[in-house]
Amino acid sequence: MFVTYPQTKTYFPHFDLMFTAYPQTKTYFPHFDLQHGSAQIKAHGKKVAAALVEAVNHIDDIAGALSKLSDLHAQKLRVDPVNFKFLGHCFLVVVAIHHPSALTPEVHASLDKFLCAVGTVLTAKYR
Amino acid sequence: MLIVYPWTQRFFDSFGNLSSPTAIIGNPKVRAHGKKVLSSFGEAVKNLENLKATYSKLSELHCEKLHVDPENFRLLGDILVIVLAAHFTKDFTPACQATWQKLVGVVAHALAYKYH
Repeated sequence: MFVTYPQTKTYFPHFDLMFTAYPQTKTYFPHFDLQHGSAQIKAHGKKVAAALVEAVNHIDDIAGALSKLSDLHAQKLRVDPVNFKFLGHCFLVVVAIHHPSALTPEVHASLDKFLCAVGTVLTAKYR
Repeated sequence: MLIVYPWTQRFFDSFGNLSSPTAIIGNPKVRAHGKKVLSSFGEAVKNLENLKATYSKLSELHCEKLHVDPENFRLLGDILVIVLAAHFTKDFTPACQATWQKLVGVVAHALAYKYH
C-alpha cells in the first residue's frame, strides 16, 4: 500500500481521527495543541507514517527496523498497548475512506496483520 | 499493577523508588495511594445506583489534570480481582468473581465517563 500509494506517507488524518473516535488517547498528548489538524498533530502523524513505511521496507525484520522505537516506547513513552489497536483501526478507516476499492478483504487482512505486528514490536520490551 | 504492568508506573514519577517489585511493595507512597484508591472503591459499593455522579469529579480530574488513560482503570480492576482471588481462595467462587468483574467494570466506566 505504501509502495502503490506513496502519498499515504503524508496521511496524518489517522491521528486526528483517533483523538476524535477514542478521546482517551489524548491523555498521552497533554503537551500538544489538539485542535483538529493542528501542526503538531500533522507532524506527529507524519512521523508515525514514516515509521510504518520503515517497517514495510523491512517487513521480514520489523523488530530490527523499529528497535529504537521499541526502546523508546518501553522506557519513556509507555503507551498502554490497547492504544496501538485503536491507532491501527483508525489507520484502516482512513485507508477505507481514501482507497475503498484497494481495500479488498485480503488487503484488509494483510494490513491489519501488519499493523498488529507493529504494535506487538513496539510493546515487546514493556516487560 | 505497578509490577505486573510496569508501564503504569509512568504516572508515578514522584513516588520515588519503583525499581523492583521489592521496592514497589515497600514504597510508602504506593501503599498510601493504594489505600486511597481502595477507599474509593468502598464509596462505589455504597453508591451503586449512582456511580456516574459519585465519580463525576474524579473522572474530570483523571482526564483533565492527571491525563490517565482509562485503560489503566481496567488494568487495576483486573489486578484487584486477582488479589481478592488469592486472598479468599476457595471462597472466591465464580459467582463472586463475576460480581467483582461487574463492579470493577462499572467503576472503570464511571471513571472514564467524563473523558473528552
